[in-house]
Amino acid sequence: MKNLSFSKVMLWVGLIFLYAPMLILVIYSFNDSKLVTVWGGFSPKWYGELFQDQQILNAVWTSLRIAFYSSTMAVIIGTMAAFVMTRFRRSWAKLTLSNMITAPLVMPEVITGLSLLLLFVQMSETFGWPTERGMFTVWIAHSTFCAAYVAVVVSSRLRELDLSIEEAAMDLGATRLKTFFLITIPMIAPSLIAGWLLSFSLSLDDLVIASFTSGPGSTTLPMVVFSSVRLGVSPKINALATIIILAVSLVAFLSWYFARRAEKKAKIAME
Amino acid sequence: MKNPLKIFKGRHLTMGIPYLWLLLFFALPFAIVLKLSFSTAAIAIPPYEPTFNYVDEALNIFVNLGNYLLLLQDSMYYMAYLTSLKMAFVATLGCLVLGFPMAYAIARAPVKMQAVLLLLVMLPSWTSFLIRVYAWMGILSNNGLINNALTWLGVISEPIQMLNTNFAVYIGIIYAYLPFMILPLYATLVKLDLSLLEAASDLGSSSINTFWKITLPLSMGGVIAGSMLVFIPAVGEFVIPELLGGPDSLMIGKVLWQEFFNNRDWPVASSLAIVMLALLIIPITLFHRYQSRSMESDV
Repeated sequence: MKNLSFSKVMLWVGLIFLYAPMLILVIYSFNDSKLVTVWGGFSPKWYGELFQDQQILNAVWTSLRIAFYSSTMAVIIGTMAAFVMTRFRRSWAKLTLSNMITAPLVMPEVITGLSLLLLFVQMSETFGWPTERGMFTVWIAHSTFCAAYVAVVVSSRLRELDLSIEEAAMDLGATRLKTFFLITIPMIAPSLIAGWLLSFSLSLDDLVIASFTSGPGSTTLPMVVFSSVRLGVSPKINALATIIILAVSLVAFLSWYFARRAEKKAKIAME
Repeated sequence: MKNPLKIFKGRHLTMGIPYLWLLLFFALPFAIVLKLSFSTAAIAIPPYEPTFNYVDEALNIFVNLGNYLLLLQDSMYYMAYLTSLKMAFVATLGCLVLGFPMAYAIARAPVKMQAVLLLLVMLPSWTSFLIRVYAWMGILSNNGLINNALTWLGVISEPIQMLNTNFAVYIGIIYAYLPFMILPLYATLVKLDLSLLEAASDLGSSSINTFWKITLPLSMGGVIAGSMLVFIPAVGEFVIPELLGGPDSLMIGKVLWQEFFNNRDWPVASSLAIVMLALLIIPITLFHRYQSRSMESDV
């Protein structure tokens, strides 16, 4: 029992460690003083300034668009890869695919970013395309690394799926394609949504890979934040950070909610 | 099985599309990094010399080993690799020491609480990485929260330098990567058969002894997976040493970034990446074995 209480204390210490810094950030975003460490009274003025900063607003719009297209592509590629990993017979091709799809999970970002940039440069040297780096190249880079996360989420759902329902559909005369769209997709839908949302927040958050692969006209939000943060702490960034924390928490919570619903559905189906 | 040809096609498309995508945007880029690491930097666009040309029916291939020799000769690179490995190792250990009891407590909590606690642990890891590192800048700086509090309490008269030191980098890595340690640990600890622990304590084993002899060995899979999820990205970390570190926390991700963006020496940056990959190949393989075992299932 002594062991148990020690671990419980550590759990609370750990949770405080995880949340305190973000809480402090949120509190200081309402600080009236320009000196970020001195409390000068409550004021929401930094939020007002934030919404007048055209550079930040442009970057938000760029980031949102990239995240939307990347997570959509990541779900398509990741789901296909998850199918191969859970439903296909062991083969050399399957082995190499599963190695390639999960590699971005742990690959240091500087390596992924550098290698993709060099690919794009080489491609434009050899084929004259892509003519310049921008949203399109960031989209390719983000789709690739987000697909890894989608593959993990979707494959764990596919593995639990009861094959007999799909078999029943095919026995009743549905083609494989029809079975896939009418039976399999609805059954794994919550995990597809969870994967999409996870990809969306990962893409929105990425600094390193976007810095390597983006061009002059496609500065993303993390790039703007980073160049400002490098110079030190600023109250405007605190306000922006508070909004980001709230927005991403909401997306993360939704993603968690859908993943849980998927689990519950799976449990009901098993009973 | 009405139309065998169609099934054949569908299966191949399912395999083919992600395969081609990854071949083009994951495998091929590494080949290009390798090629470029043998190239020579030049003042041109792009800033390197071609590695082969075809002149007068002769194919000339230029292999420049200079970049790798530079990494061997200049002690800065050598030290950066050592510092990165050391700091990533210590931070991984820190995550393990803090994360293991946390994962254990979650795994032993009532089933309904487990999902909530896991969400609480995971939620920060989904909020902006950059913002979470930035949050520590305000806390650790010379006129930051900790120094102000300590001065106010009269514990110190001069602020302690915490920001821009290795200490801050350790805090940053542990803070940013802790959730990735807890998740796989929880996954193995929740499956742990409690009757084994009871049997051990019935037979007179102390709880510390039980931990070392039973709990830890049985959760080794999670320990390895969690450690790799922290160690590998931490070695190549750029944002944390850049924002929290000082001049002596020269980590290899930061050096690579500087070579690429500040010095525009793409060949040296490429060879730095290749050596980093070579150093990480063993941990990456370890992680892959764990990951594919938990992901694949053969029909």
